[in-house]
Amino acid sequence: MSELSSALQRNAAELRGESLWRAALGRFSANRAAMGGLILLAMITAFALFAPLLSPHDMETNDWERIQIAPTLEQNHWFGTDANGRDLFVRVAAGARVSLAIGLITTIVSVLIGVVYGAIAGYVGGRTDQIMMRIVDVLYALPLFFAIIILVTIFGRNIFLVFAAIGAVEWLTIARIVRGQTLSAKQMEYVEAAKSMGAPTRRIIFRHIVPNVVGPVIVFATLLVPTVILVESFLSFLGLGVQEPSTSWGLLISQGTSSLDTAPWLLVIPAAFLAATMYAFNFIGDGLRDALDPKDDA
Amino acid sequence: MTRFLLSRLSIAVPTLLIIITLSFFLMRIAPGGPFDADAQLEPEILENLRAAYDLDKPILEQFGLYLARLAQGDLGPSISYKDYSVSELIAIGLPVSLELGLTALLLAALLGVPLGIIAAMNQNRPLDVAISTLAMTGIAIPSLITAPLMTLFFGVMLQVLPVAGWGDGAWSHKVLPLTALVLPQLAVIARLARGSFLDIRRQNFVRAARARGLPEWRVVVFHALKPTLTPLVSYLAPAVAGVMTGSIVIEQIFGLPGVGRYFVQGALSRDYPLVLGVVIVYAAAVLLMNLIADLIYGTLDPRVRRQTLGAGRA
Amino acid sequence: MSREALLSVEDLSVEFKTRRGRVAAVRSVTFELAAGQCLGIVGESGSGKSQTCFAIAGLLPQSARTGGQIRFKGRELLGASRADFDRIRGREIGFIFQDPMTSLTPHRTVGAQLCEMLQHHESISGAAARQRAIEIMDRVQIPDAEARFSMYPFELSGGMRQRVVIATALILRPALVIADEPTTALDVTVQAEVLRTLRAVVAHAGTALILVTHDLGVVAGSCDEVAVMYAGRIVERAATDTLFRDPQHPYTRALLDCRPTLEQEAGSRLQTIEGVPPSPSSMEVPGCEFAARCPVVMPVCTTARPPLTQRRPGHAAACHQEQSA
Repeated sequence: MSELSSALQRNAAELRGESLWRAALGRFSANRAAMGGLILLAMITAFALFAPLLSPHDMETNDWERIQIAPTLEQNHWFGTDANGRDLFVRVAAGARVSLAIGLITTIVSVLIGVVYGAIAGYVGGRTDQIMMRIVDVLYALPLFFAIIILVTIFGRNIFLVFAAIGAVEWLTIARIVRGQTLSAKQMEYVEAAKSMGAPTRRIIFRHIVPNVVGPVIVFATLLVPTVILVESFLSFLGLGVQEPSTSWGLLISQGTSSLDTAPWLLVIPAAFLAATMYAFNFIGDGLRDALDPKDDA
Repeated sequence: MTRFLLSRLSIAVPTLLIIITLSFFLMRIAPGGPFDADAQLEPEILENLRAAYDLDKPILEQFGLYLARLAQGDLGPSISYKDYSVSELIAIGLPVSLELGLTALLLAALLGVPLGIIAAMNQNRPLDVAISTLAMTGIAIPSLITAPLMTLFFGVMLQVLPVAGWGDGAWSHKVLPLTALVLPQLAVIARLARGSFLDIRRQNFVRAARARGLPEWRVVVFHALKPTLTPLVSYLAPAVAGVMTGSIVIEQIFGLPGVGRYFVQGALSRDYPLVLGVVIVYAAAVLLMNLIADLIYGTLDPRVRRQTLGAGRA
Repeated sequence: MSREALLSVEDLSVEFKTRRGRVAAVRSVTFELAAGQCLGIVGESGSGKSQTCFAIAGLLPQSARTGGQIRFKGRELLGASRADFDRIRGREIGFIFQDPMTSLTPHRTVGAQLCEMLQHHESISGAAARQRAIEIMDRVQIPDAEARFSMYPFELSGGMRQRVVIATALILRPALVIADEPTTALDVTVQAEVLRTLRAVVAHAGTALILVTHDLGVVAGSCDEVAVMYAGRIVERAATDTLFRDPQHPYTRALLDCRPTLEQEAGSRLQTIEGVPPSPSSMEVPGCEFAARCPVVMPVCTTARPPLTQRRPGHAAACHQEQSA
């Protein structure tokens, strides 16, 4: 029933002269939490990119005279320094760059793999589909985290490995979603109708299947980025992810945890940034989900 | 029933076997691993390995022996903890991890479901907004952040709870780790329960029950509750996986002597047998939970139950 | 004047507040129903017939705003509390929903759902409840009622399920049963049987019945009186055979003409009514809502709304045209 009603909605929207995307955009911009998340994310990204320009310090210089000082305006150590006298402001920004980059790139790769795999499985159907999805089922059984740890144990602590490991596991869910949407879109009556009217296959795919698939994939991808960032943070926290001299939020939080009682700002500030980023992505993801598939609550 | 079990096992067993096979061969081929010719390991460890893994025999025979040992519960010797076998280490850590994990799951379910339903019954009113926001926080903020922050607040600033350690199972040592472990799952379960209840409440049969003059509490308890809970069962296995993952970090942060801690140590010191042994145990646990969840689902939904016993349409 | 009517609806209006503005599902509806009488309400989708029924049974959603009066057994129903409705529903007003596939709780046996009503409204023992449940299942022509008592809804066919629903509506012997398109969702072959069963059980118990449908054929065999609804209002009301024999409203006439007959030529086009009914979210028009589609429309029709007036005793129509017999 909901597929039919969303198809009807789409047609109704087109009749009214507004495209589906514009309607979704309208709903999204009306969602205050989602817009707030977007702004927050923009600010954090700006911080990540421009902080090095604002601060006179760099990530690695040890200022032995100012070890573990609290945030202060003196000497431009706005976030304070850590146990080695390194400026936290710049380090948090560096961590932001690493975490966001890993999140983004891994997600894009996962989505690409997942979409292609799922679309093939869904569209071809039959035996091929069954085999492909069996593979997914089996791979799914292993918790992500453990697979990554195995890979890290074996191949060492390598930042690209983190990318690859996470990407190699997260595409599974996307493949499932895309396959599911492709299957149900293929079977929908209006696709049958289009076929019987002689519409070419490519047109069927683009006009009917793609719009159905794109929505859930976008929503999932938006929620995948924070998951990736989280996994990377977990790994780095445990010492299995990003290694010194690079840094990431997970690593910073880990370092902050060990000096909890003496320098709490070393924990609180990176933690706050990670939390804010998580919030932002979650609000945006929820907002996208509501915008693309509104459920009217009577 | 047996057919149902068999079909489920037909996925679970191959999966486990694949994981085991992959573990075995990955260990052998890994560069810089203990079986690498250039590995610099102490002679006594090398001796242990040789004995344990029959490295002189052909590789397929090694695999067979490995499987045989696995079947007997022998996961090999640990490389980093020299005097211990992997099985022994897991046995030491398991009680702590199990207690923590199971308690966390139970609490998350017992608190999460009512909270979710209450939120749904007050949809869009202040109570719902409060609960939903809390749930969003639980989902968005990882234990990575909550655990240290709680330690900072309760342990360092207020000094009411211990900062780390298991303290021989004293209650006060369990509060913070449990809370950090419960929160994310509680949030997800509350959200799922809320969504599920809202879906069910919209259904025709709920309205029909009201039309029969039944008061709202009866409608909720006897007509809406069970369909609300049934989909949540599918979350059981992911919840277990989530708790297991979370406990790794929690045990690390709080210095608890559980399996997760050994696991991390193993990874840091590239103790393959330990890492792979733990993964096999964890994978088996997850598969078991999947099976149990499927079984429960089968008994809950009368359609599935009847179909296995076979009754036709009347 | 007449004896106290069982149900008296006066100037009922039902509006919904939605994001896109106000939707008037029922604009003004007035009718009476005597005890034991059967009234058919006929109309297209969107005519407001179902919402009228929900208003009577208190099943409208929170977002609904009502106006007018609904008096049942002398007491006012609009604005009654949930507790009041809990006492009335099931016991004094039974409701039959349209879709039998979804109106029974899937995880409970049909017997349990019947007994639940008995045990809640009257305190009787489980065994006595079970007996009465099986009795009523028998009466609605469910074969082998005892076996079916412990079955789940999914084990029953559509027609069987609807009979169970009818049983739930009648088990407490209410004074009024409202059936909202009870056979629309059923296979054509089963429709007539279920309808017959409903009619028989209701007549036997002396229960009043409001039968809502879009199908004129359904009311022809079942109801004493028929009210035709269009765009949220009643446009004609008469005894059934009078309505069929001598319809006074152009809409009713058009509906009757639309039905294909056996005498038609093979291959001839089906009769339709040009245009579409106004949507419930459209604004109030000053004149008759049917004017845009009416074959005999006059200038006054677009400026003044025709009131529902008695043409003959027991036959009312809302049309500016004066009809001769």
